[in-house]
Amino acid sequence: MNAGDRLPPLEIPITRTLIVAGAIASRDYQDVHHDPELARQKGSPDIFMNILTTNGLVGRYITDHFGPRAVLRRVAIRLGAPNHPGDTMVLTGTVEQVDGDLVTVRVVGANGIGKHVTGTVTVRIPA
Amino acid sequence: MNGEPEVHEEFEARLKAYEGRPAAATGVGRDPVNEPMIRHWCEAMGDTNPAYTGPDAIAPPTMLQAWTMAGLSRRPERTAAYDELLGLLDESGHDAVVATDCEQEYLRPLRPGDDITFDSVIESVSGRKTTKLGTGYFVTTRTDIKASGELAGTHRFRILKYAPARRPKASNAPKERRPRPVVNRDNAGFWEGVARHELLIQRCTGCGTLRFPWLPGCNGCGSLEWDTVEASGEGTVYSYVVMHHPPFPAFTASDHAAAAAGPFAVGLIELAEGVRIISNVVGVPYDKVRVGMPVRLCFRQYDDELVLPVFQEVTR
Repeated sequence: MNAGDRLPPLEIPITRTLIVAGAIASRDYQDVHHDPELARQKGSPDIFMNILTTNGLVGRYITDHFGPRAVLRRVAIRLGAPNHPGDTMVLTGTVEQVDGDLVTVRVVGANGIGKHVTGTVTVRIPA
Repeated sequence: MNGEPEVHEEFEARLKAYEGRPAAATGVGRDPVNEPMIRHWCEAMGDTNPAYTGPDAIAPPTMLQAWTMAGLSRRPERTAAYDELLGLLDESGHDAVVATDCEQEYLRPLRPGDDITFDSVIESVSGRKTTKLGTGYFVTTRTDIKASGELAGTHRFRILKYAPARRPKASNAPKERRPRPVVNRDNAGFWEGVARHELLIQRCTGCGTLRFPWLPGCNGCGSLEWDTVEASGEGTVYSYVVMHHPPFPAFTASDHAAAAAGPFAVGLIELAEGVRIISNVVGVPYDKVRVGMPVRLCFRQYDDELVLPVFQEVTR
């Protein structure tokens, strides 16, 4: 594995169920993640995915690719375009750095309106 | 708050004073790390990693924050300082919140049975930022999470507390309309003038004093007799306020210089004739209105029934 290597993309349909299930599994009861009417009152066209779910999906993307022995060391993400129901997010990754058994991957999750998430993940891959 | 920079600076200084203060003190995870919550998480994420099941299961590292969440319960660990900071932002109209950044480092895996404790500090409060969502402030906290007393991970979290720039109108709700004027015998002549696109000032026929708004009698001589003078339409901003919160979409939706439902300027306009009128300064962003700004009268049709006299900046 070398810097510049690309990970195969992972397509995630953004369903209402995923947004609500992710919010509840992360114990995030902010109304904008489950109540469309209250989300609209706060200026959003619909409910949107919470950051903890995005974080979980980014982690899953990396460990799905590197396998169960890979150990996440660091996940740093920034959110941009929100994930609303009916959209699809495509996660892509590029290896940024390989340092011994530590691999840093640059991750982008793009949806229909822009980049939902950009970030880097550092993962240890035991030899 | 208005659009004056020094007011923002003073508010920012109040917010900055919270940097370095604790946000959560000796928080205790509501549940120890446990298999059911791990399973619910994996189901939601579609994560089938075998590392998260079986006798040697670890929790997905990205669940770090989930173990600290209060859910629907109270947050006794939340400090008065953090409550105050969020309260200041809420009260100033920055009542909406969105998470923007999450940085987590995982020092050791969490396993079912681990008891979670955490401490959090307010790391930074940004200056005033204008974003697509609205204007607001970024608040960054850093949380140390311990498992059975041992540091297991750190979690830096950034939220944007903002005043929504636009509140889309609910599709099935009627469009918000401006309040209707109260028309009575004493002011009917004024509104009839407005309907003809004339701004009429009352003039006492006893002493010649001009008066506005319309009143039955003269404040100077007490005479009840009057006629009218049509305003030339020239004026200057004598004073103004910027209305930030609560939002009144009806006051901004038809003004393209204002973000719909965003702040808007209410001006006290001194007319060339010497009387003053409260109106809106339109066509110019709310934070560009200034005392002394030359303005000119125009009439705007706000809906089928309502025409109002408003003022536009005169550009020279």
